[in-house]
Amino acid sequence: MRKILGIVGLLIAVFVLTAVLEPNFLTAYNLQNTLRWTGLFGIISIGAAFVIITGGIDLSTGSVIALVGVLTPMMLVDAGWPLGLVLLVLLVLFLILGVLHGALVTKLNLQPFVVTLCGLLFYRGLARWISGDQTQGFGAAFEGLRQLAIGRIAITDSFGLPIPFVLMVVLALIAGGVLNHTIWGRYMLALGHSEEAARFSGINTDRMIIVAYIIAVMTAGFGGLLFALDVNSVQPAVHGNFYELYAIAAAVLGGCSLRGGEGSILGVVIGAAVLRLLYNAINILGISTQLEFAIIGAVILIGVIADEFVRRLSSARLVRAGRH
Amino acid sequence: MIPEPSRGDPAHSSATLVEVRRLTKRFPGTLALSQVDLRVSPGEVIAVIGENGAGKSTLMKIVAGVLAADDGEVLVDGQAAELTSVRQAAASGIVLIHQELNLLANLSVAANLFLGREPHSWGWIDARKMYAESAQVLKKVGLDIDPGRLVSTLPIGQRQLVEVARALVADARLLIMDEPTSSLSKQEVETLFGVIRELKAKGVAILYVSHKLNEVEAIADRVMVLRDGEVTGRLTRSEILRDTMVRCMVGRDIARGHEHSARDLGATALKVDQLKFGSASGHAASFSIKAGEIVGLAGLVGSGRSTLLRALFGIESRYRGTIAVDGRMVIPGSPRSAIAAGMGLVPEDRAMQGLILAMETEPNISLGALHRHPKWGGFLDRPWERSVSQTTVERLGIRGVHEGKASRLLSGGNQQKVVLGKWLLLAPKVLLLDEPTRGIDLAAKREIYRLIEELAAAGMAILFASSEMEEVLSLADRVMVMHQWRIAGELGPSELSEESIMHLATGHTAQA
Repeated sequence: MRKILGIVGLLIAVFVLTAVLEPNFLTAYNLQNTLRWTGLFGIISIGAAFVIITGGIDLSTGSVIALVGVLTPMMLVDAGWPLGLVLLVLLVLFLILGVLHGALVTKLNLQPFVVTLCGLLFYRGLARWISGDQTQGFGAAFEGLRQLAIGRIAITDSFGLPIPFVLMVVLALIAGGVLNHTIWGRYMLALGHSEEAARFSGINTDRMIIVAYIIAVMTAGFGGLLFALDVNSVQPAVHGNFYELYAIAAAVLGGCSLRGGEGSILGVVIGAAVLRLLYNAINILGISTQLEFAIIGAVILIGVIADEFVRRLSSARLVRAGRH
Repeated sequence: MIPEPSRGDPAHSSATLVEVRRLTKRFPGTLALSQVDLRVSPGEVIAVIGENGAGKSTLMKIVAGVLAADDGEVLVDGQAAELTSVRQAAASGIVLIHQELNLLANLSVAANLFLGREPHSWGWIDARKMYAESAQVLKKVGLDIDPGRLVSTLPIGQRQLVEVARALVADARLLIMDEPTSSLSKQEVETLFGVIRELKAKGVAILYVSHKLNEVEAIADRVMVLRDGEVTGRLTRSEILRDTMVRCMVGRDIARGHEHSARDLGATALKVDQLKFGSASGHAASFSIKAGEIVGLAGLVGSGRSTLLRALFGIESRYRGTIAVDGRMVIPGSPRSAIAAGMGLVPEDRAMQGLILAMETEPNISLGALHRHPKWGGFLDRPWERSVSQTTVERLGIRGVHEGKASRLLSGGNQQKVVLGKWLLLAPKVLLLDEPTRGIDLAAKREIYRLIEELAAAGMAILFASSEMEEVLSLADRVMVMHQWRIAGELGPSELSEESIMHLATGHTAQA
């Protein structure tokens, strides 16, 4: 809870500061845009968080997004397959990739970084090869489906909640429920802290880790579908580049420890929101967008340093309290 | 008639290389060394023996500069020496070879031999010189290998000899070997002894720490026996006999701690047949434990006690033989199937294997039993979790638990009770405990003993491994003693004594 307070504070600070410096920030158009992007990045960050909580990492997210981004228009538009079949194919594909990542990590004992780094390279190459490096899109077709990514649920005449944001909220509620209120969620947190102790307690740790990788690919794939519907012009070589790093950054900002065992879904979602807000602030305040990465990097670094200091202070206090 | 060992240090005419005077070392709660004297002359092989925790390793570490003594002094060549670091000790010619070897496996033999003292010019390592000198040194220890070979490609016995060679490169005058043969084959032990005899002839002194009394008989000129940090015997060459050594190691009479309430033993709860485990092949363990019985697993460090327990619990996946709980075979290979069959393990390493330290007490207690109490097919049943946790905390008298407090912050004794509580929820038929009271204060120890007895009285079969002789003698109905990865013998209530255990643990099969 303490970790979330920090990130909420950061969110509010960036929000207020930007609003004060540039009143245009508060226009419905700008807020809707920021919320939409928060939704899209929040979805992929939730999956990344599950893997990080079990002590792993998933670097393949951006390439999975690219692969989905070229496959979906090719199946729907070029091949003319029915939507149901396309979704089924995607679902099976995500399942296979997730099981593959998880099995390589648990059964062959390979390092998660290496396994998913290979995924990053392999899926990107596959996406470019399948599409012949040609930009893919839905053209003017599938307007209805594209509403999933670009649509809004009207609140007032001028403002509506972007559907990706609503989808992220629903997904976050489900994910939070799984992590905090199910036995599997408890197992993931436990094995993230100490895989050996969890295994000695009779937990099927291999299975739980595989499940975490499946969740990560599923959210990356679902996010990838929305990203493709949103841009409607997927360039295989660059679409989704670095998105895995945004997802990992959001998870870390939101309180996940890369050592595993720690993290909350609410924190991760807010972490994603902070990243999008920063991006938006950089643009709207007229700061050179070339500085984007530098600013985001600096904010994350300051955030984790501040967090580390607070952690030391509070654990020192806890030890003192424990003595009494 | 066994000669009575003298307690004073026999005067030596030859020059003294290293002398230790009134060395004392305290650790929290124990006196590890008390007023220990020792003189080492060039070309002497002195064996230091004693039970687990007698203070052997502490003494060696102080002499080698790894640990600092609280009191007393170490003299090298008659001069008081400040041995506050391994480097300083090495400069005085004292080199310790650790039980777990300290070689860098990913480097070549030559690089290991000259680590930290590489021949160099202008900052570049003179590889040719290093290899040439390595070849010479290796020859001295009877190793005919290419100095460029990676250490990781060498069998363990040869690595031991590389360690000896490394000590020679350091111009060691006193070589300290801590259990050097624990993982060597008979052939390799012979080679090592040959090297020791040659070093001895060249005037190198050797302190030899070992549990294996037959080796001590074969190689030692003198023996020093430690018990509870005190010297209880100094034996000269003619006095080095197994019985004398065992008597000095044991000495004190441990009265059996308490009267064993006669428990009714039930049917066989655990039956192990021809179990081959770990790396040792050839010997197979067969035994059975009845419901309500408390069986101790004794043996010296490295005798395979922990590995046997781990094999039973499915952690050591490679084993042969059969394990049955209540007459039903256990499917081997994972703790999960062992638990499903009715076993539980309180592991040796509480912090890494027993508990999730970062989590509170409640989720730690419920962790193993969650899957038996799902709500709506997979959700946590919080009210159940809370109530079993509270019941367990009260029943086991776990103190210091409160909301939001990680189990890391509990004391060792309370942590161990949390681990026990986790298993009680699963009501195993067979409970395995590995060093159940290690690092726990006396009061908490007694509570854990009482608890174990209660569980046995309620019909649980208990198998516990322990390095503490008093614990084994006071808690166990029956003791199985391990020696070199096999069960060397079994002692019933009437035969149970520290002496009888030590005889078996040091490889003496016939009863004294």
